[in-house]
Amino acid sequence: MSNAATDVVITGIGIVTSLGIGREAHEKLLTGTAPIKPVVDNSWEPHYAAHPLPEIDWSEQIPRRGDQRQMENWQRLGVFAAGLALDDAGLKDNEEACATMDLIVAAGGGERDISVDTLIVEESRKVNDREVMLNEKLMTELRPTLFLAQLSNLLAGNISIVHKVTGSSRTLMGEEGAGISAFETARARIAAGQSTHCLVGGALSAARADLLLMTESSGVADDRQGNAEDPSSVAPNGVVFGSAGAFLVLESRDHAEARGATIYATLDEVEGDRGSREEGKLEERLSRLADRVAADAGSVELVISGAAGEPVMAAREENWLKERFSAARLRRQAIAFGHGVEAQFPLAIALGAIAVSAGAPIARFSAEGEKEMPAAPKTALVTALGFQRGEGMARLSKAG
Amino acid sequence: MTSKFTDHLGRPIVAVTGMGVLTSLGEGVEENWKALTSGKSGIHTITRFSTEHLSTTIGGTVEFLDIPASNAVERSHAMARKAATEALAQAGISGDFDGPLFLAAPPVEPEWSARFELGDRVPEAAREGNAYTQFLSVLREKPDLAMHEAMLFGTISERLADDFGTRGLPVTLSTACASGATAIQLGVEAIRQGRTSRALAVATDGSVTAEALIRFSLLSALSRQNDRPEKASKPFTRDRDGFVIAEGAATLVLESLESAIARGAKVLGILAGCGEKADSFHRTRSSPDGSPAIATIRGALEDAGLDESGIGYINAHGTSTPENDKMEYLAMSGVFGDHLKSIPVSSNKSMIGHTLTAAGAIEAVFSLMTIATGTLPPTINYDNPDPAIELDTVPNVKRDQAVTSVLSNSFGFGGQNACLVMTAEPA
Repeated sequence: MSNAATDVVITGIGIVTSLGIGREAHEKLLTGTAPIKPVVDNSWEPHYAAHPLPEIDWSEQIPRRGDQRQMENWQRLGVFAAGLALDDAGLKDNEEACATMDLIVAAGGGERDISVDTLIVEESRKVNDREVMLNEKLMTELRPTLFLAQLSNLLAGNISIVHKVTGSSRTLMGEEGAGISAFETARARIAAGQSTHCLVGGALSAARADLLLMTESSGVADDRQGNAEDPSSVAPNGVVFGSAGAFLVLESRDHAEARGATIYATLDEVEGDRGSREEGKLEERLSRLADRVAADAGSVELVISGAAGEPVMAAREENWLKERFSAARLRRQAIAFGHGVEAQFPLAIALGAIAVSAGAPIARFSAEGEKEMPAAPKTALVTALGFQRGEGMARLSKAG
Repeated sequence: MTSKFTDHLGRPIVAVTGMGVLTSLGEGVEENWKALTSGKSGIHTITRFSTEHLSTTIGGTVEFLDIPASNAVERSHAMARKAATEALAQAGISGDFDGPLFLAAPPVEPEWSARFELGDRVPEAAREGNAYTQFLSVLREKPDLAMHEAMLFGTISERLADDFGTRGLPVTLSTACASGATAIQLGVEAIRQGRTSRALAVATDGSVTAEALIRFSLLSALSRQNDRPEKASKPFTRDRDGFVIAEGAATLVLESLESAIARGAKVLGILAGCGEKADSFHRTRSSPDGSPAIATIRGALEDAGLDESGIGYINAHGTSTPENDKMEYLAMSGVFGDHLKSIPVSSNKSMIGHTLTAAGAIEAVFSLMTIATGTLPPTINYDNPDPAIELDTVPNVKRDQAVTSVLSNSFGFGGQNACLVMTAEPA
């Protein structure tokens, strides 16, 4: 492996999941000896489970109450994780570095006001002219701040306001593809010398009924009320959303070394693709991606699959992974952490970076269907497989 | 190594070889340019949905489309497909495009009509609990794939990728009202990286609904001058009171100059420079000193290898909000100083309204048309100039004036700023 000036390295990891807050907590989790035990909330909505937010003191990363009030949990979580990443990189209060730092956020839409929507739907059953009723209700019931809390690009906007990251600000959308494109774009820019340091990531606050419309409208939601008896070790039978905030600081090797930063991992390759998943076409596409991202399959010791949880696609990916990366140990992210949608791939990259830097074997994400690891991994492949479309892969290596 | 195919920093020069556009003024570059240079307004009273109780009842919505369902995804996709078809035909590219797709698209949500319909499907006995619990009880019984497609942010780019055979995972993006410019910037970057010789930059927005109008109204962003819709958008005037929401789409075929010349394509202009800088001041207001917008314009000039004297015309963001026009003037003054008086600055939004996600790309097409035709489109409704904004706005009537370089500004909520510099083909 070359140590080129434009190698893309990871120097800050900001991570929040249902299982904890911060890089150190997750390193401990990943290097434990027992399989990871997921935290699942079955009480928030009939039929559906979610991996909930952990208890968070937002003030630790969003000091001003006024800022907190301008956001709902999705944006708060993203801003919080972004702050953790900056802290971890030692750049939190470095005004000059933040003012020149690029920002790429993978975002969906924010929380709707469920009670207002419910009021309007109930009214719609009573009136003849629904459009007029709708206008009247929305004019009186909508909160001005909620629009900004729902706007996709306002997660990035809030990161700029709270953390003063202002080199540039780009929000990518499109479910899982947003997270893949965010890292593909950031890596390509740094490798080409178009950017020196970039904050990249996404967030999802999982316990949202409005979010379930997205998966249940195509029948891919897991409606079994989430493995209530033994949430550990049972693969989901569909998409179970998982709360996740994952942001990483990416830098050129030159930029990182010049400031004496701790390098956790190199982000060697990132690539995404999409297309038909019929009759082996998914597997063909995954093979093409792997040819470019990790041609030397034998060097990959750990694979973190970001398959969404839809069982047919997850099984096809798993079979393909086991054949292509037969020497690697597989860890299935959705079982332990749920599905993070836009944050799924950022979370996989964060976990991969922690895994290759931890210097210890990585715990099983499930007691069933995963093998223990003989030694600490130096190279990891992480994937994302969208519940509807989009596939992505990245290779990470231990900093050398 | 510099050559006639590389720029002042040795990077591949990025040419535009195809353009397509669609706005409330019509379909196609020719029809739009004719209307725009005639000072025609596309703004009208909205009839697509009821505007009763709304404080703003006008817009530049696109009503001449034939779409399978009335929702933002179908409308945005249909417009984007038309604009891309036009651009690719002009570029002389048929078959698979075989380059990346960068799409600026609006964040979408299920339409209210879809929520109502779903609500009707809930059996009487199940009409308890919140609306979403009720919706889910219906969807568990029978999925609704049309609704599914209409609420995923990735649907439009997925369809466009299939329509035109673009390569890899398409990028869907939103930088609010700067999105169109950002889509172009991503395409320029990809070509400069050398990972492709061509890129398709598409921007589309067909997301005008009652809820969208109300949301912007709650932020006091929209004009309420409903009585004469065509007169409501009046950038840089004393009586401007907000932007007029609108729809539209544009596509640019971006190509390395070397590749364009090699295949004998006609070069319509050069995408010479891009600038961006985020503002950390406020969610909807700009830094009072204009410094992020100033840095953005300077960044675009620097990227293009030009100084302040190098710009012949500015295609303004010019939304007609009290805040934007003041701030934009401040920023332009900060960069160009006294020289600003001699640079014509006009706002296409006086005629087409604010096409939100699509604006940056639509206005880039019109900027390139300005270079190609030597005609500056006017700022219409410039009847009562704001004395605090001293600009040559090309008032009310087009002007014949040859220009070889144009700056196009885009600024948006969330501290988004993006500027583009376009130039004529190098001699």
